[in-house]
Amino acid sequence: MIQGSQFILLHPDDNVFVCREFCSSGTAVQLDGDVVVLQESISIGHKIARVGLPRNATIYKHGAPIGSATTRIERGAHVHLDNLKSDYIRTHGRNSSFDKDSS
Amino acid sequence: MIGYLRQDGRKGIRNVVLVVYLVECAHHVARKIVSSIDSEEVQLVGFSGCFPNEYSLRVMNQVCTHPNVGGAVLISLGCEGFNREALASTIEASDRPVQTLVIQETGGTVSSINAGITHVELLRKQLRAVETVEMKVSDLVVGTICGGSDGTSGISANPAVGHSFDRLVAAEAACIFEETGELIGCETFMAARSANPELAREIEMAVEKAARYYEILGYGSFAPGNAEGGLTTIEEKSLGAYAKSGSSEIQGLIKPGDVPPASGLYLLDIVPDGEPRFGFPNISDNAEIVELIACGAHLILFTTGRGSVVGSAVSPVIKICGNPDTYDNLKEDMDINAGRIIDGNATAAEIGDEIYSKVIAVASGERTKSELLRHQEFILTYKTFEPIGPACLPARSA
Repeated sequence: MIQGSQFILLHPDDNVFVCREFCSSGTAVQLDGDVVVLQESISIGHKIARVGLPRNATIYKHGAPIGSATTRIERGAHVHLDNLKSDYIRTHGRNSSFDKDSS
Repeated sequence: MIGYLRQDGRKGIRNVVLVVYLVECAHHVARKIVSSIDSEEVQLVGFSGCFPNEYSLRVMNQVCTHPNVGGAVLISLGCEGFNREALASTIEASDRPVQTLVIQETGGTVSSINAGITHVELLRKQLRAVETVEMKVSDLVVGTICGGSDGTSGISANPAVGHSFDRLVAAEAACIFEETGELIGCETFMAARSANPELAREIEMAVEKAARYYEILGYGSFAPGNAEGGLTTIEEKSLGAYAKSGSSEIQGLIKPGDVPPASGLYLLDIVPDGEPRFGFPNISDNAEIVELIACGAHLILFTTGRGSVVGSAVSPVIKICGNPDTYDNLKEDMDINAGRIIDGNATAAEIGDEIYSKVIAVASGERTKSELLRHQEFILTYKTFEPIGPACLPARSA
């Protein structure tokens, strides 16, 4: 499961990688054999897109759905509160809901 | 392993005296008794509410007759709704020493503290006479919980616990995983692992109940720190949490206070039945730990990514940290470094073996980090439950 890179693919069906070592913006990383330059810093435990994902695409991690894309997501982009929402219950921060689209 | 033999045949890995406040108004007196004695084997637990509640009485009955508990001193103000007679007679019927102290009949705060200290000291002398016997892994009930999860938990600490659960179940221990509200999205996987189709249906309904309950409350079981640690949705958190259950067949669905009837893996349903009445199912991690203890858990495997520091009254908590950066930061609170999996220096199976060995060591008397630091958190709130149906424990109804 763990490979010798900063990002891990948890399951062959996944369309996200998980970060296992902090990477600053501009870092060139290997994704499925291609070099992709990160457009933002990614912390340990966070996700990036394995492929370009259209709006409403189902996001897969551990080989299972973890929600839907709320916007188009570019390959290598951070997949998080700004572009992924739960298909069950919306996510809240300390001040408010993160979901812009909770429909 | 050497255990303390109790009348019901269960064996304890600790032999503690509980000082139990039965309403917030008795909390100060109870706390003073415990802090004056200042011993790891004299612990404070209690219930703050003044209204009676069947669930909290049931949980308190189970906590006070838990195999790790040798006896109890109950501290009542006098006018509260908690059924102190019922609790005292349950403890007495379990052949444990119990004393009830009613503050309104004892002359007030100072007299009650002094009387309580005397009662506890007498009880401690009696506890030295408890018979000790050989204990096997098959005598153990082990619970697991995650708290302060992040994007590493589901890859490191949780699958490592899952591996240790598989080994414990193979050695005929009973293992309990929980929080149906943190298993939203995993219902079909759990159904496929159930001992029979009827149990599978019960598990699916329990998760539906949880999703509905949390939806009405407007919040999933998801904290801001989960998001800061890279988790985005409740179903993502759930998939990571689910890894703690390992790969054994699920033998039953139990509710707080139900002790597993045999060895194997059990799912604990902590979401109340009926319409939401008393707020969030569990207001913090320790409320879940108390429920695992009420189900007989001798010790708790607590996985964390952001870094929880809690322990518990009654049952030792082993903390397994999945995030290597958090481990470095909070080493003094962590028993196991599962962050080595993220670093690529260990496999989940290797850490799982380490957890298994730690379970045996702690059951044999070794103190966990949270025990040494004297963490003895305890919280119990209001809930309503219906008893489990016959399909929930296939082995028992067969």
